[in-house]
Amino acid sequence: MRLPPRFVDKAMRAGLRAQAMFTVAILVTIILIIFVKGFPYLTAEFIFSYPEDMGRLGGIFPSIVGTLFLGLLSIVFATPLGIGTAIFLTEYTRESNFTRIIRFGVESLAGIPSIIYGLFGFIFFVIKLKMGWSLLSGTLTVAIMVLPTIIRTSEEAIKAVPKTLRTVSFSLGATKWETVTRVILPSAAPGILTGIMLSIGRAVSETAAVIFTMGSSLRLPTSIMDSGRTMAVHFYILAREGISMEKAYATALVLVFSILIINILAYYIMHRMIARYS
Amino acid sequence: MCTTKIRVRNLCVSFEKKDVLKDLDLDVYENRVLGLMGPSASGKSSFISVINGMINFEENGRFEGEVHIEGFGTLWDGTDDVALRKKVGTVFATPIPLPRSIFENVVFGSRLKGIRKRSDLQAIVEESLRKAFLWDEVKNRLSESALKLSGGQQQRLCLARTLALKPEIILLDEPCSGLDPISTAKIEEALSELKSDHTIILVSNNTKQIARASDFVAFFYMGKLIEFGPTVDVFTKPENRLTEDYVLGKFG
Amino acid sequence: MNRRLVNKDALVRLVLAMFALSSLLFLFIIFVFILSEGLPLFYGVGVRNIALGMKWAPTRGFFGIFPMVISSFMVTFGALVVGAPLALACAAYLSEYAGKKTKIFLKPSLELLAGIPSVVYGFLGVVYIVPFIRDYIGGPGFSILSTSIVLGIMVLPTITSISFDSLMSVPAAFREGSFAMGATKWQTVYKIVLPAARSGILASFILGMGRAIGETMAVIMVAGNALKIPTSLTDPLRTLTSNIALELAYATGDHRRALFSTGVVLLVIIMVLNLLANFWVKRRVGR
Repeated sequence: MRLPPRFVDKAMRAGLRAQAMFTVAILVTIILIIFVKGFPYLTAEFIFSYPEDMGRLGGIFPSIVGTLFLGLLSIVFATPLGIGTAIFLTEYTRESNFTRIIRFGVESLAGIPSIIYGLFGFIFFVIKLKMGWSLLSGTLTVAIMVLPTIIRTSEEAIKAVPKTLRTVSFSLGATKWETVTRVILPSAAPGILTGIMLSIGRAVSETAAVIFTMGSSLRLPTSIMDSGRTMAVHFYILAREGISMEKAYATALVLVFSILIINILAYYIMHRMIARYS
Repeated sequence: MCTTKIRVRNLCVSFEKKDVLKDLDLDVYENRVLGLMGPSASGKSSFISVINGMINFEENGRFEGEVHIEGFGTLWDGTDDVALRKKVGTVFATPIPLPRSIFENVVFGSRLKGIRKRSDLQAIVEESLRKAFLWDEVKNRLSESALKLSGGQQQRLCLARTLALKPEIILLDEPCSGLDPISTAKIEEALSELKSDHTIILVSNNTKQIARASDFVAFFYMGKLIEFGPTVDVFTKPENRLTEDYVLGKFG
Repeated sequence: MNRRLVNKDALVRLVLAMFALSSLLFLFIIFVFILSEGLPLFYGVGVRNIALGMKWAPTRGFFGIFPMVISSFMVTFGALVVGAPLALACAAYLSEYAGKKTKIFLKPSLELLAGIPSVVYGFLGVVYIVPFIRDYIGGPGFSILSTSIVLGIMVLPTITSISFDSLMSVPAAFREGSFAMGATKWQTVYKIVLPAARSGILASFILGMGRAIGETMAVIMVAGNALKIPTSLTDPLRTLTSNIALELAYATGDHRRALFSTGVVLLVIIMVLNLLANFWVKRRVGR
C-alpha cells in the first residue's frame, strides 16, 4: 500500500521534529537530574572547605582552585600561539604547500583523543622532563589540546573581517602589523574571545589527559609544581570508587554549571561586542 | 605658474601580465585639481593605485616607467609605501568608516604617527572635519559610532580622516558615486578649498563633475591617455575626436 | 627605501611563522614519544602477538589486545547505530524545517550537549542506564548496549553539526527545482537534498566514529571490564581506551610499554578514520 505523499510529508515533519525535541529533552534531563540531585548538597561550606575522608565529607575547594588554575593557565599558554598562528595563516602568507602542511598539523592535533594526550603528557612532561604530576604538566598538556580550537576559531574570526577595512588602514599609512593590531584584531575580538571561552570549557571538563599529568592529590595546590585535582577528576574518583553519591552529584553540579556559565558568557560577549560595532 | 608635483613618464601598468595602462606621460600640477575621466577599465584606477602604492597589494600588479613625486622621490618596486601613503591620501568609491567612533576614525592616522595628547588630537579632529564640511553636523556626537552616519556624511568623514594626515597629495577615486546631490556638492566645495594646500587627483565617470570640479583634465581610454589640458579647453575645444564624443556623452 | 621598516615586517612574519610551526612541532613530539614508548614492544614481542593476541595479562607477558580492538569497534558502530539516525534527524530538521525560534534554542542545546564533560555522561550512564539494562534486558548491565547508548549521545552533536553544514551547503536551486515539480518537502529532502549532501554526511559519521573510538572516561564507567570478546549486546567489554586508562597509573616496565603500544594501535585506527573522512570530503569538493 502506497501512502499518499501529503501524509508522509506531514508524518515525517512531525517525526523529525519529535527527534529534535527528544534531543533537547536529553539535555534538559541531564541538567535537571544533576541539579535536583546535587543542589541539596551544594552549600557554601561545600565550595569553600577541604575534602575529608577521601572526599566523603567536606568540600571541594582544592579542586575548584585546581580547575581555575588549569583553565586559565592553559589558555595563557595556548592563546598567543593560537592567535599568532591564525594571524600568520590569514595575513602573512598565501595558500601554499607550507600553509597546507600547517593546517594538516592543526587538524591532526585536533583529532588526537584525550587519552593519547594523557599518555604523551605523562611520558613527556611528568617523566622525561621530570616535572612530575603537577599543575605545570597538566597545564602544558591541556594547552596543546586546546590549541587547535583557538587556531580554528581565531582564523574564522579574522577571515570574517571585511577586506575593505584592511584597504582603508593601509591607505592611511599603517604597516601590516599596525593593521593587524589596530584594525583586524579589534574587529575579530568577539569571535576570538568566544573561541577562548569554549576552550576554557573544554579544559575544565577534561579528565583523561589531566589525571595522568596533574595527578589527583587532594591537597590545595600552592605552587605550579604541586599536584592537584580538578573538579572533573575529583568527580570521576568519587563516582568510580563509590565514595559518596551525594558529593559526586554536588561536584557534578558545580562542574556542569561552571561550563554552562562559560558557554553563556561566551555567547553573551559575542553578541554584545557585535552589537556595539554595528 | 604651475609647478609639477607628480611627473609621470612612460608609465606602463599591468595586472596578471595584462596591460591596463600604456606609455603614460603626464604632469600633475601642484595645488590644482586634476580630473581623470574615461569609461570603465580605461586605466584610471590603476594609475591611482600606483601613486598611493596600493598596487603592491594586488596580486601580480606591476608597473614600469618613471613616476617622480616632488618632495618624496621616484617610485619603484622597493619604495617604502608606508611612508608614501602618509603623504598620499586616498578616498575610495565606497565610504568605509572604521567600526569605531567618529573621533577615532579621524585620528586613526594621527595615532599611527604617534600623536597622543588629547588636546592635539582634538585640534586635528576639528580642523579636518571643518575642511571636509562635516564639523557642524557631527561636532556634538564625536563619540558616536561612525556607522550611524549617512552615506554622504560617511564619505566626508573618510575625507576628513585622510586630511588629518595632512597629505601633500589627495586621490579621490569616484568619491561621489552613490551619493546624493547635496553631499556631492559639499565634497566638491571642499575640494575647491583644499587645492590651495594640496595636490588633488579626482577620478570620475561623471563628466559633469569633472567639468565642475577640476582645473585640468586627463582623458583616458582603453589604457591610453588620449588628451590632457585645462578643463575649459578640453571641454569646449577638444582636440581629439574621441574626447569630443566622450564629453558629449556619445559613449561611456 | 626604509630598511628599518622592511626588516620589522620581516621579523614579525618570522616570529608568527614560528608560532604556526609550533603546531607541527607538538604533533611531531607527540608521535615521537608515543612511538618511542610503544613501538619497541612490537619488535620484541611481535605485532601479531599484540594486535592479534587474545590474552591480556601484561604482568605475565601476555599482551594480546585483539579483544579490545574488536570491542572498540563494536561500541563505535553501536554508537553510530544509536546516535547517527537521531543526529541526522536533528540536522535535517534544523536545516530544512526549523523556524527561527526553534533554531535559537536547538543550536545552543546541541552545543551545550557537546560541552558536558564525558565523566558526567559516564556517571549518569552508570547510575541510570546500566541498572536499567541489568534489570530489564539482562546481563550485568555493563555492556555493549550501555556503552553504545552513552557514546551515541556523546557523538550526536558532532554528527549533527557536520551534517548540518553539509545540508546547508546544498544549493537552494536544488530544492526550488524539486518544489517546482510538485514534490512535497519530505520528498525533496529525501530524494534530493540528502543525497546531495551524502559525502559530507558520511564524513560526519566517520568523524563521529573517530570521537567514539577515542572516548575514555565515559566508557570506563559503563563498559565493565571484561577481557573477552563480547558475544552479545549485554556482554561487558574493555576497549582500547579503557585499557590504557585503567592500568597506566600503576603499570611499570613492559606493562607500561604495552599500554603505549595500545595507544599506537589506537592512533593508527584514528588516523585511518581521519584520512577516510578527508578523502570523502575531497570527493565532494571535486564534484
